[in-house]
Amino acid sequence: MSALPVLKTAAAWRWRVPVLLLSLCTLVPLGVLLPALFNPDPEIWAHLIDYLLPQLLANTAILLVGVGAGVLAIGVTLAWLVAVYEFPGRRFFNWALMLPLAMPAYVLGFSQLGLFDYTGPVQTLARALTGSSAWVPSVRSSGGVVLVLSLAFYPYVYLLARGAFATQGRRALEVGQSLGLSRAEGFWRVALPMARPWIMGGLMLALMETLADFGTVAVFNFDAFTSAIYKAWFSFFSLDTAKQLASMLVFIVFVLVVFEQRARGRRAYTANARGGQQPRIALAGAQGWAAAAWATLVLMMAFVLPFGQVLWWAYQGWAEEANAVLVDNALRSLMLSAMAALLVGAAALLLAYAVRRDGGGFNRLMSRVATLGYAVPGTVLAVGVFVPVAWLDNQLIALFGAWLPEGTGSILKGSLAVLLLAYVARFMAVGHAPVDAAMHRISRSQEEAARNLGLTGARLVARLHLPLLKGGLFTALLMVFVDVMKEMPITLMTRPFGWDTLAVRIFTLTSEGEWERAALPAVLLVLSGLLPVILLSREENKG
Amino acid sequence: MTKDLLVFESVSHAYGEQRVIDDMRFTLQDGEIGCLLGSSGCGKTTVLRCIAGFEPVASGAIRLGGRLLAGDGVSVPAHEREIGMVFQDYALFPHLNVEDNVGFGLSALPRAERRARVAAMLDLVGLGAEARRYPHELSGGQQQRVALARALAPRPRLLLLDEPFSNLDVDLRERLGREVRDILKHEGVSAILVTHDQHEAFAVADKVGVMQGGRLLQWATPYTLYHEPAERFVADFIGQGVLVPGGVTAPRCLSMELGEFCGLLPLGFATGDDVDVLLRPDDVVHDDASPVQATVVARVFRGADFLYTLALPSGQRVLSQVASHHDHALGEPIGIRLELDHLIAFKRQ
Repeated sequence: MSALPVLKTAAAWRWRVPVLLLSLCTLVPLGVLLPALFNPDPEIWAHLIDYLLPQLLANTAILLVGVGAGVLAIGVTLAWLVAVYEFPGRRFFNWALMLPLAMPAYVLGFSQLGLFDYTGPVQTLARALTGSSAWVPSVRSSGGVVLVLSLAFYPYVYLLARGAFATQGRRALEVGQSLGLSRAEGFWRVALPMARPWIMGGLMLALMETLADFGTVAVFNFDAFTSAIYKAWFSFFSLDTAKQLASMLVFIVFVLVVFEQRARGRRAYTANARGGQQPRIALAGAQGWAAAAWATLVLMMAFVLPFGQVLWWAYQGWAEEANAVLVDNALRSLMLSAMAALLVGAAALLLAYAVRRDGGGFNRLMSRVATLGYAVPGTVLAVGVFVPVAWLDNQLIALFGAWLPEGTGSILKGSLAVLLLAYVARFMAVGHAPVDAAMHRISRSQEEAARNLGLTGARLVARLHLPLLKGGLFTALLMVFVDVMKEMPITLMTRPFGWDTLAVRIFTLTSEGEWERAALPAVLLVLSGLLPVILLSREENKG
Repeated sequence: MTKDLLVFESVSHAYGEQRVIDDMRFTLQDGEIGCLLGSSGCGKTTVLRCIAGFEPVASGAIRLGGRLLAGDGVSVPAHEREIGMVFQDYALFPHLNVEDNVGFGLSALPRAERRARVAAMLDLVGLGAEARRYPHELSGGQQQRVALARALAPRPRLLLLDEPFSNLDVDLRERLGREVRDILKHEGVSAILVTHDQHEAFAVADKVGVMQGGRLLQWATPYTLYHEPAERFVADFIGQGVLVPGGVTAPRCLSMELGEFCGLLPLGFATGDDVDVLLRPDDVVHDDASPVQATVVARVFRGADFLYTLALPSGQRVLSQVASHHDHALGEPIGIRLELDHLIAFKRQ
């Protein structure tokens, strides 16, 4: 060991530098937005208050309250039924109720619009039966948006609540009964409060997705922050307004996160009921069929009917739509997703390994910062990444302008680099979680045993860590791949000129109301989205 | 004057085809602490769950203080049975502090009474100072006591404890066992606990039932179980000892390698029967003057005494408990004789 302080510092920072660099992917875009939040431009601000903000805030409140109530009502009831009771079709619903995860919310959105449109099957049927379809409620309303987003995002609550109920639900009822509570009382007073942290966790994910949603609100022409950011930038060409709006959206997300953390308080929840599956309570007769009917209704509304509608459209338009443009879009989607998956996978590995080597406070904090992006809506990241890149471009051109070809307006701006950086920031958490979980399963003593047998450095990583991380890394790559396939706002706002992907094509077509033509790319996205759902249900069966 | 509290009348239970409890009968007196003892999978926890009302009985009847709880088409819902339960993992509510956990079953009481009862229960288990803490902030032993206080607070007619000490380390287990017994006796609560640990069963319970394969083999005081096991399995399972072959030579007379003993054998054996005789370590006494010699093949020094495993000339092994200053080396022959008050023998199958 050298006694020189510089070298000592360098050694200490060896595993901090990579973590710091990765956290910059999130820190810089968020940092860029801070001035807008704390030091708003009075002119823009006045315009916002007069024209946009009241509507945006009211709509955001409607979304948060409506979708929050919706996902709780659907997710918790289904999780409880599937985890604790036995009823006709339970084994099927157990996994089938996860299927809506495969469907991007905007695909669900435009297919529902098609289903409930004047010429769609629902209103046609209503006219055939009753002679009029005027009584069918319009889905082109805030109620419609809330319903669609609730159907799209309830699986988050369902998944987490089901896990909690499966390990402690039946036991919670028994404890309640031993203290004199009936089953119904036991559900409200014991099972539900005990599962609260998981339910809240699912609710938070659903609300984050709701705040981040761009495609659905765009299709429904529902003014939310995300669609307003896009309009400000691409219709009114005011990046400053977009920045201002983005900073406010970040603030709302932040309030939500703080609220959730506060709600947890001092109570620590670990599933304290060990032991495997407890026997289920059989729901006899009408009760059992009622449970099956509820699950069927949700599954039909959230997956079967909309996917069927999209498939039907795709089948009808196959001859015209299966053309070179579609193939080109699909290839670009695949390429972007693959690049992003590899990039995020590598970054996640580096992050997890660096924290393993140096698990000090700095690294732990910065690795959390680096994975914050999942909470930041894509529209916000797009703005946050574009602004500093544009600034850097201008600096570079000012410095090296003399050597560049005449009229060069951008170097990094409008290149794939911006897009990929934004993806890394947004999906780092998705990739990091499985890799980190796998890293945690490698114990210190396993590492020490390997060292003891003479393995160090890169050979240790190659022979111990990589083989053991393989499974987690594969999950990470797959999840990121599919998420990028479905990703819409970042791609739309920061893609290089002409780089249309499947999601962008869906946006372009649906914003002109051409739902039938958007069906084929949507089917491709849903099929790719089925991959992680299958993986998820397989992992569950193993566990 | 004792009276019957819990009565099991030939109760059976089955999961599908598999019989988990088979024709089980026993009676727990009011104020008694009973224990079901057996290895895992013997059905003891299922018995507890049947009493609590979490499992239906297939046949037979369970009565509590004369009231039919289960059987004959009747099944009182679990929450109406007035039976408390301490779960193996305690099942404390992580979202409630100690006080609210203990007061959970008291929602029918007025607030002031509820408070008083919770305070009294916390005093009883010695956790008055931890009232505001959350379960995860407590040690395992403290959690156990919260679970006990929570179950006792609504004044159940019967308390069930499912392997109550299995999550604790050995020292704590013994101390808490005595404490729990004192608390139950102080409150005058009848209880049934389930365990696989006979030390625990003997330390806590008035009556112990040994279970095997869903059958209750014997329901008796610890003393009776040890000294008068009714079945070969009980003899083997309870305490230490060896079954030594012998033969019945005359009515109430028995001959085995260690000599002939008359008058001790219980009735019910015929001359010429082949039997196995239970010899406890304290039945085999070290005596230098004895003509019978046995060789030391293993020894365990236990502080107050030695436990020797000895080989008789035929090769038959017996155990002998010998005072701790009699230090004999492996391979050394020592003199032994039997000191028997009574004989426990089982017909050889």
